[in-house]
Amino acid sequence: MDTNPGIYGLLAEFDSPTALVQATRSAYEAGYRRMDAYAPFPIEGLPEALGFHRTRMPMLILIGGIVGALSGFALQYYCAVISYPINVAGRPLNSWPSWIPVTFELTVLIASLTAVLGLLALCGLPMPYHPLFHVPRFSRATRDAFFLCIECIDPRFDRTATKDFLSGLNPREVSEVPQ
Amino acid sequence: MQPETAASKHATSETTPPLSGDGVPPVMGPGYTFRSVSEKISSITLTRRTPRAWLLGFAISFALTMLLLYTIFWLLFRGVGVWGINVPVAWGFAIINFVWWIGIGHAGTLISAILLLLHQKWRTSINRFAEAMTLFAVANAGLFPLFHMGRPWFFYWLLPYPNTMRIWPQFRSPLVWDVFAVSTYGTVSLLFWYVGLIPDLATLRDRSRNRFVQIIYGIMAMGWRGSAYHWKRYEMTYLILAALATPLVLSVHTVVSFDFAVAILPGWHSTIFPPYFVAGAIYSGFAMVLVLAIPLRAFYGLQDFITMRHLQNSAKVMLATGLIVGYGYGIEAFMGWYSGSIYEKFSQVNRMFGPYAVYYWALLACNVGAIQFLWLKRVRNNPPWLFLVSLIVLVGMWLERYVIVVTSLHRDYLPSSWGNYSPTVWDWTMYLGTIGFFLALMFLFIRLLPMISIAEMQTLLAQSKETGEVTTEKS
Repeated sequence: MDTNPGIYGLLAEFDSPTALVQATRSAYEAGYRRMDAYAPFPIEGLPEALGFHRTRMPMLILIGGIVGALSGFALQYYCAVISYPINVAGRPLNSWPSWIPVTFELTVLIASLTAVLGLLALCGLPMPYHPLFHVPRFSRATRDAFFLCIECIDPRFDRTATKDFLSGLNPREVSEVPQ
Repeated sequence: MQPETAASKHATSETTPPLSGDGVPPVMGPGYTFRSVSEKISSITLTRRTPRAWLLGFAISFALTMLLLYTIFWLLFRGVGVWGINVPVAWGFAIINFVWWIGIGHAGTLISAILLLLHQKWRTSINRFAEAMTLFAVANAGLFPLFHMGRPWFFYWLLPYPNTMRIWPQFRSPLVWDVFAVSTYGTVSLLFWYVGLIPDLATLRDRSRNRFVQIIYGIMAMGWRGSAYHWKRYEMTYLILAALATPLVLSVHTVVSFDFAVAILPGWHSTIFPPYFVAGAIYSGFAMVLVLAIPLRAFYGLQDFITMRHLQNSAKVMLATGLIVGYGYGIEAFMGWYSGSIYEKFSQVNRMFGPYAVYYWALLACNVGAIQFLWLKRVRNNPPWLFLVSLIVLVGMWLERYVIVVTSLHRDYLPSSWGNYSPTVWDWTMYLGTIGFFLALMFLFIRLLPMISIAEMQTLLAQSKETGEVTTEKS
């Protein structure tokens, strides 16, 4: 760390999605772990090349859905049976079949809110500032360029050796990302 | 590579549509790269001058929005009596238009969620504006029950909250289900749309050269930078949101149909209502998609992205759902006779030959008659004809709701409570006003946000290159 003051990492730019995936695989095989790849659209195999195989999103959303279903039903039970019971022609107060629609809607609502808020939370968004935005060419990452960034917090990171390694992957350009 | 010239060179490819292997038009025109896709879509928002026709269209729809506000002012000032509603037809235009608008919204969710789960690649270029259409249609739909309440400032009485009156909403009533269904639908549609927009907002942020525009899109993009970790979570979330939205969209119009079917009125109390309403909703929604897409693609030169494949497939969905709706009409008439109930029978005969017979036959002509032309490939291949058929379907679906709401209510079980209904000028201005409001929002949307998903089009391009369906070579 202290040998690399004022730097976030090294950024290599590639021409195509396949070149990026190959470069990422090589970097992973070379032992680099604290790195990230950037592309304008999702690329098949890229997260796996980084060693990122499973996301916690489905589990989060499932929990959200279960919470929504239980709280939706509990809300109606409380209202219609406990707090404000109305006897309509002797019908049972716990008339659960007529509560299914609202239970369902709340399941979907809470699951969807969990999905979106969970996505933002896991991705650390909103994040108005990021060191990568200092690199002028990085603005192409949302249009037509493909980047691999090895961060200096990686234990194997070495300013010159890593730079040489990235240059050997046939990139268009390798640049330093200021802190 | 000059993206603009490449794009304009192929903008006229509609006249000789290049066919892929199986004889259907491709999902995207030839000659595109990742860069030219991104440039072409974002240039509509960022660099091209605001076209005159846009200004004219926006001015007209804005004027109609003012008409809506004026109507609402008068409605609040004088009360709902300014509408034509009265006992026995207390629902009138408010509910007709509510059902019509909410039905139109359904195609947007169908395209974005259901077709995504079914791996229909052709959905990609039309899903963004179809989702916008959903949002704006739901917003307009919500206005009608809100103002139909008479005292809309008490709308929160519909929500369960601890209050000094110590009462709660009646959860056994379909009207309360409706509140939950429509508000959930609006919220989930907004979330789905916004999540889809985030990568494109980042594209606009990075492409823009104007500081103010950069800041606005930058705030909305929330710092998206295309990280592979983010993309993986994003794709998973998007897929699950689609899986959640799919049963949701079916539930919404089902619950809307329960508003009718749970009541015991002849002509409403029927088990066919949920599927028949859902099919009708998708039917009218695809009609609206075509009504919006056909002028849009011609006007902005997007024939390479919204190809004949999209128009043809939408027409086929319209034909299929239209036939389901036609079957619904048939079964309604059959059950009127087969039920053996004199009330059901009278209700059906009254629909066909009573005071509102002209509406009934007009709806059959529009919804069952006009779409038969879609069997012809010539019509499905002809955008102006498709546009015309879609307009007729929109009118037909509005008439259907008119017939359902008015004819059942105006002839109840007791002849002493019979009455007639006719809309007033304020009914019509409210309806026209919401059409204007809808169009004004659409105009703002196509001017300010990318109307086609850039990231998804690039993904489609990457996949199509692999399968060889779309060539990157200029033909």
